[in-house]
Amino acid sequence: MNSTFVFVNLFAFICLLLAFRRDREKTRRALVMALRSFLRILPMVIATIILIGLILGFVSKERISEVIGEQAGIKGVLIVASLGAILHIPSIISFPLAASLLRGGASVTSVAVFITTLTMIGIVTLPVEIKELGRKFAILRNSLSFIIAILIGLIMGRIL
Amino acid sequence: MREKKRPDLVFLGIISGLAIILLLTFPEKQERVIAASWEFFIEMVLILPAVMILMGLFSVFVPKELVVKYLGKESGVKGVFIAIIMGSLPTGPLYIAFPIASALLKKGARVLNVIAFLSAWSCIKLPQEMVELEFLGLNFMLARLALTVIFVIFMGLALEKMVGRWELEYYKS
Repeated sequence: MNSTFVFVNLFAFICLLLAFRRDREKTRRALVMALRSFLRILPMVIATIILIGLILGFVSKERISEVIGEQAGIKGVLIVASLGAILHIPSIISFPLAASLLRGGASVTSVAVFITTLTMIGIVTLPVEIKELGRKFAILRNSLSFIIAILIGLIMGRIL
Repeated sequence: MREKKRPDLVFLGIISGLAIILLLTFPEKQERVIAASWEFFIEMVLILPAVMILMGLFSVFVPKELVVKYLGKESGVKGVFIAIIMGSLPTGPLYIAFPIASALLKKGARVLNVIAFLSAWSCIKLPQEMVELEFLGLNFMLARLALTVIFVIFMGLALEKMVGRWELEYYKS
């Protein structure tokens, strides 16, 4: 996975260089914003790192795969889909968490469903969505997202 | 920010407390827990600063106004793809996108495009995709992106049919 890290950092560096040449003041503001959001997300990042250690250290592969692995079947998929819909965590954190579950014995399907419902569905933000977009629109969007998340997960489980 | 509650700090406190109790009770697990945490910590350290800088740059250089300006102009296939790109560029949580989506609907944008925009905003953010690439790999990332785009278009078309005229009156009032 080392090449990814090189690519991402290089990409960020080039963007930063281009931005700096284009507008110094704006770039400075962007960096301040980056530092602020980094500090804001830091407690969650540390908590996630600890949580990952606890999961991989204490929960056996058999147990994880029993609940959200290949054997768990559609019930496991529904559990992760609902968890993803209810939880309100930034996607930046959801990816390492998902990766640790995958390594711990979860199926590709569960992990893909989890990421998709987590990002697309927000039970917590539903009131705001209803207020802005109307009840029918909001409820339909969230329910349809739930269904397509499961379909996306099932297909990914097949092809990966 | 005294008045604001910080649930994340509470969560960190609980997790840390739990970790300390568990590790003291089961010292034989310490090595495995610390090794796993350490490995993910290194990966995060290598990638998070770059992702944060990208998010900062995107939010300064791609303002919301620009997104609204470019959206809703084009229709058809081109409109959907512009909506997806416009949704994946700016940064911020999903609830920031709802007022934008509402403004777009009021301006008469297609429901399909608004759904594409909202879905892209929620799960195809470019800086976030860097994190997905790092932790889940290229195949996983590309498969999820491609499938998401395909299904979101179907979902947009279905929702457009279901919402219909009745609901569209809502935005005009």
